[in-house]
Amino acid sequence: MGNSAHASKKNPVDFIAEQNSEEFKALKKSHRNFVFPVAIGFLVWYFAYVLLAAYAHDFMSIKVWGNFNIGLIMGLLQFVTTFGITTWYVTYANRKLDPQAAVIRTRLEKQIDDAGMTKEEV
Amino acid sequence: MSLSSTLSAAAPMAKTLSEQTKENSWINILIFVAFVAITMIVVFRASRNNKTAADYYAAGRSFSGGQNGTAIAGDYLSAASFLGITGAIAVNGYDGFLYSIGFLVAWLVALLLVAELLRNTGKFTMADVLSFRLKQRPVRIAAATTTLVVCFFYLLAQMAGAGGLVSLLLGLDNSNKAGQNIVIAVVGVLMIVYVLIGGMKGTTWVQIIKAFLLIIGAGIMTIIVLAMHGFNLSTLMDAAVQTSINEGGVGEALLNPGAQYGKAPLDFVSLALALVLGTAALPHVLMRFYTVPTAKEARKSVVWAIWLIGGFYVFTLVLGYGAGALIGKEAILSAPGGVNAAAPLLAFVIGGPILLGFISAVAFATILAVVAGLTITAAASFAHDIYSNVIVKGDPKPEMEVKVARRTVIVIGLVAIGGGILANGQNIAFLVALAFAIAASANLPTIIYSLFWKKFTTQGALWSMYGGLASAILLIAFSPVVSGNEKAMIPGADFSWFPLANPGIISIPLAFFLGWLGTVLDKNSEDPRIQAEMDVRSLTGVGAEKASDH
Repeated sequence: MGNSAHASKKNPVDFIAEQNSEEFKALKKSHRNFVFPVAIGFLVWYFAYVLLAAYAHDFMSIKVWGNFNIGLIMGLLQFVTTFGITTWYVTYANRKLDPQAAVIRTRLEKQIDDAGMTKEEV
Repeated sequence: MSLSSTLSAAAPMAKTLSEQTKENSWINILIFVAFVAITMIVVFRASRNNKTAADYYAAGRSFSGGQNGTAIAGDYLSAASFLGITGAIAVNGYDGFLYSIGFLVAWLVALLLVAELLRNTGKFTMADVLSFRLKQRPVRIAAATTTLVVCFFYLLAQMAGAGGLVSLLLGLDNSNKAGQNIVIAVVGVLMIVYVLIGGMKGTTWVQIIKAFLLIIGAGIMTIIVLAMHGFNLSTLMDAAVQTSINEGGVGEALLNPGAQYGKAPLDFVSLALALVLGTAALPHVLMRFYTVPTAKEARKSVVWAIWLIGGFYVFTLVLGYGAGALIGKEAILSAPGGVNAAAPLLAFVIGGPILLGFISAVAFATILAVVAGLTITAAASFAHDIYSNVIVKGDPKPEMEVKVARRTVIVIGLVAIGGGILANGQNIAFLVALAFAIAASANLPTIIYSLFWKKFTTQGALWSMYGGLASAILLIAFSPVVSGNEKAMIPGADFSWFPLANPGIISIPLAFFLGWLGTVLDKNSEDPRIQAEMDVRSLTGVGAEKASDH
């Protein structure tokens, strides 16, 4: 038992070669080029909101429509952007990431099967 | 019903609420007993297939994304979320709303950076991922330590909350400590039974049922409150402002930021940092991702969780202003339970004793479901990380790990009951915020580094985890929350020199820095083959743990 990472030394897959393959590099690039900028983006937007709510009370209290002030609207927009980014990422992952990952996974699992190994050691 | 008649009817109702709840507490108890009975049946049925460790800790990885997402919502929406945020909005207006935004946005960290990669590389615990390509023993011990500490503070908050809720929901007086302690013990024993028998499968079903009841209950209340105000949030806020003016409160300022954190803006920034970075590092949240068969289902889980949790926080905005409008700050604060009374009081005003009973029972169920999730996480971490991989060095006798986990459940349950009794009366929101700050400091840097930074080493992980853990706890110990004023935990002493109530703004960047420093100063490097394996496996899922067949 234990962590299956220990089993890796017997693994028939050359993971270093795999890590350096064009196919995997492309997948990694697709993943990081999406998640890093989006993560930085939503964190900047969240902290801009937090800092305004903490230090710019007068600005946040300006009424825009009825009792809706800028603070409430920005707060509700945080909900909207969170839902929006979620949907955006899922669409991207389904369209771009999953097919690339599936190709590599299928190929590697075939290698493991061909070597007569079980896929996992539980 | 016109607004003014509602208002005049609400004021005396709120005043006599403690008598009202006393008269009707049998309804609360009845509904709660029904919840326990139903969940017990489900837990017993779910326990039939608990044979292997994968069954016990990860429910055989057989839940769907939708089920797991609902369970995550049930795990995450604690009493602090429901009662705490509703009360904070009712009393402090806009500043209460700020909490919910941090709690929600934090899920994007989990969605984008953690959930799928963790599902692909780990097995049962957070330590599986952190120790994947580093030295097993020291990293596992460190990760298990931070897991146990975070779970302990979170558990303490929930148990202490259970005691406080009782005075409100069963109509016990605030001074009736014996009665509250009995309820803490009852919650602890129920939790032990759920987790012991049901394992992760039983715990998950308890969380799913609870999430369903909580969201339905809050949804019904939201619709009633909105219907009373012409389905117009602006009108509702007007009514809240009017009530505040009538009782000589802040009025208009209720809608603006500043009521709670106006004097301590930096404290709020520190809290906001801990909230947004803590969620994706909470061990009991991370462990839920192992209960689904694939990374894609883990992604779906987070999507479900985000929609359910986000929707719920929109409800709390309406409920908070609704309680502010229909009950008013003074009436809430003078009710037994104080700020936490806002949501139950509102249920009583708009739906009478039946709705109050339902909401009260849901609040109890909430605590029960959250403590069950925390307990199984802590037990899994001890049995899988410390016992199996450190004490018997990765070679436990068959079935022994689960046996150790079950014994740990009993120990944790007893510790939680004892700790909950000692912590009874402590500030719940503070304890929860502390758990988030420790998770964000001790766990998140190492999670991010080990998933995304090739050169990261064992020394970096240990410096970051222990440094983050120690700095967060030390800063809290020397904060004004612990000593130096009348409201502090130790009001008689004064050894506070750290000015903030939340350590996140110092301890989180420090832990990231220590992880980097420990790595660049490390003379040893890690095995590039295992790093490559983790890299490939995290993105493709090759070799990831599969669902067990039953």
